[in-house]
Amino acid sequence: MQCVVTGGNVKVLGKAVHSLSRIGDELYVEPQEEGLALRSVNSSRSAYASFLFAPLFFSRYSIPRGLNFRCKLAIKSVQTVFRSLATLEKTVEKCHIGLDEQKDRLTFTLHCKHGLLKTHNLSYQDSESLEAVFDKDSCANVFRAQPRVLVDTVVHFPTSLEEVTLTLSDERMWVRNHVEDEAERSKAVLTELCLAADEFDHFDIKLHNSITFCLKEFRGLLLFAESTGLPVTMYLDEPGSPVVLSVTDSVLEGNFVLATLSDDHYLRQSNRGADAEQTRPPDDFMNDDMDAYLIAMDSSVAPGPSTADPPSLAAFRKPPAPNYRTRTYSEEEEDGEEDPERPPDKKFRSLFFGSVLPPSPRRSSQPFTTQEVLASDSEEDEAEAD
Amino acid sequence: MKNVPCLLSSGVVTTISKLTKTCVLRLTPDNLFFILSGKVTNGGVGMWCELLQNNFFDEYQMEGVSSEFNQICLEVSPENLSRALRTVQCAKSVKIKLTKKHCACLTVAAELPTLSSASRVVTHDVPVEVIPRRLWQEFKEPVMPDFDVSIYLPPLKMLKNVVDRMKNLSNFLVIEANLNGEMNLKIQTDLVSVSTHFKDLGNPPWGPSQRGDPELLAEATVDIRKLQQFLVGQQVNPTKAMCNIVHQNVVHLILLHEDVSLQYFIPAVA
Repeated sequence: MQCVVTGGNVKVLGKAVHSLSRIGDELYVEPQEEGLALRSVNSSRSAYASFLFAPLFFSRYSIPRGLNFRCKLAIKSVQTVFRSLATLEKTVEKCHIGLDEQKDRLTFTLHCKHGLLKTHNLSYQDSESLEAVFDKDSCANVFRAQPRVLVDTVVHFPTSLEEVTLTLSDERMWVRNHVEDEAERSKAVLTELCLAADEFDHFDIKLHNSITFCLKEFRGLLLFAESTGLPVTMYLDEPGSPVVLSVTDSVLEGNFVLATLSDDHYLRQSNRGADAEQTRPPDDFMNDDMDAYLIAMDSSVAPGPSTADPPSLAAFRKPPAPNYRTRTYSEEEEDGEEDPERPPDKKFRSLFFGSVLPPSPRRSSQPFTTQEVLASDSEEDEAEAD
Repeated sequence: MKNVPCLLSSGVVTTISKLTKTCVLRLTPDNLFFILSGKVTNGGVGMWCELLQNNFFDEYQMEGVSSEFNQICLEVSPENLSRALRTVQCAKSVKIKLTKKHCACLTVAAELPTLSSASRVVTHDVPVEVIPRRLWQEFKEPVMPDFDVSIYLPPLKMLKNVVDRMKNLSNFLVIEANLNGEMNLKIQTDLVSVSTHFKDLGNPPWGPSQRGDPELLAEATVDIRKLQQFLVGQQVNPTKAMCNIVHQNVVHLILLHEDVSLQYFIPAVA
């Protein structure tokens, strides 16, 4: 296997590794006919990210015919290769990635200025293919934005914040921080941002709803998108089904798949809020149930089609069916099994199995108009706070 | 209560956030005050920061309980407030409003510039607690202590460098100064004694110039962290920086900026 990256693409590759490091601790490398795939998944399996660099991204890309090589490496050690992206851009002229089959090492060689050669020999573990099951095209809501727009949006939220909620309507998108329980609400700063549709390059919203997902991984993708200047497309569906963020270019594709909060309580609350003609602030989901977070993921046995695989990876096998919804059947089967490893609460499900939709899609007819609420609230308050 | 499109520098609040986790924000028709009264729970440290409202706000409306008690006192977390103000620094306009949401909040609403025609609106609801009137008497301006020495401080950055290094050696620091423009910072431990001498600092015209020997040093031993906290928050050099020392009792630091004044009291340890 021979991959040679030159010029500015070295930085792009480096950024991809850095942004994958926001997801998980391991980097899955899979050289394929259609390009080099770099992937990662977080420990709770609620977030998955993959980059595919097409052969044209490389100045040389050759993999032996029939090579069936996949591996995983500690992402920290790959990050070391691409440490300090700023200097990388200036000093590195060429990056060569090769496989030393004798020693079982993956070799990254950086050809720097003045003939300086840096070689990193990284040991790896064999692994199965890691691939999430998702279907962007079936998502009801799609929007695309320049990275700057989204970066300027998330900058308003503290880095310690775990999740954000997006609320979508035909004309607007609201972003607010998600606060778990009541005790926290009275202490936490609630931040809300409203973006008009015309800030986006493309804004196609069919389903008015609120989606909550993790911010850290989102920032990870933005890191990459901002440095490459590629627009970010976001695919969202019902609460509970994964949100897909993607960046594409003629020579590369990056997809981040993040679990979203699937909570019937939450759904009811937020929808009632909307239906009741904005009598309540939209963020008023008081009875939000912490247990219902679809954040923790489970690596339970999945008696899927690929029984030979280690159980936890079965979920990520390239599925026979393209749509994740078809997987729900096997998930139901699995629920019946006795598995001591299972977490007690069935609401915790793997992202890629767990894309179980709420029984009926609820559509909130009316988006929240925050500013009005704000104004009317403060009037009330003037009386009360005195 | 307050409806203020403003160009607000968050610098003041950031400075205060370095000094204390919570403090009292007192609003009167002309001023804003950030107050920390010297209680035992916060190590006896006190703070009094005064801002003229019309230097910060284009528009300012406030209405207290009555015309007699025309003020509002809120307990705020300066860190939360500072973060909210920091993210709206490039805003076209900022409004700060006391609102009743899930709890009493200071709502910072800003209109941000965008690439498109429409502007973007961000709101931060910073939770606050409204302090009832019966507790207001705690938030009076501290009386100027009857100090033994008053002296101008050397550049704060220099002071910070010295104090930061001394912090590695000891937990307590002795500040001493006289009316001859001399100030010493000293630490003493079993292993090492370090002292830094400043000369020709000058003494403010006020104070007890007629009292005795100008060479006589007044000293106070303070918790070095308290002093460090104060110095870490100073991002801009003030127009005037002064230090009053009541011998073995208290160190009173005063910073005067164009539109802000900050007083900070560090009690001496025995």
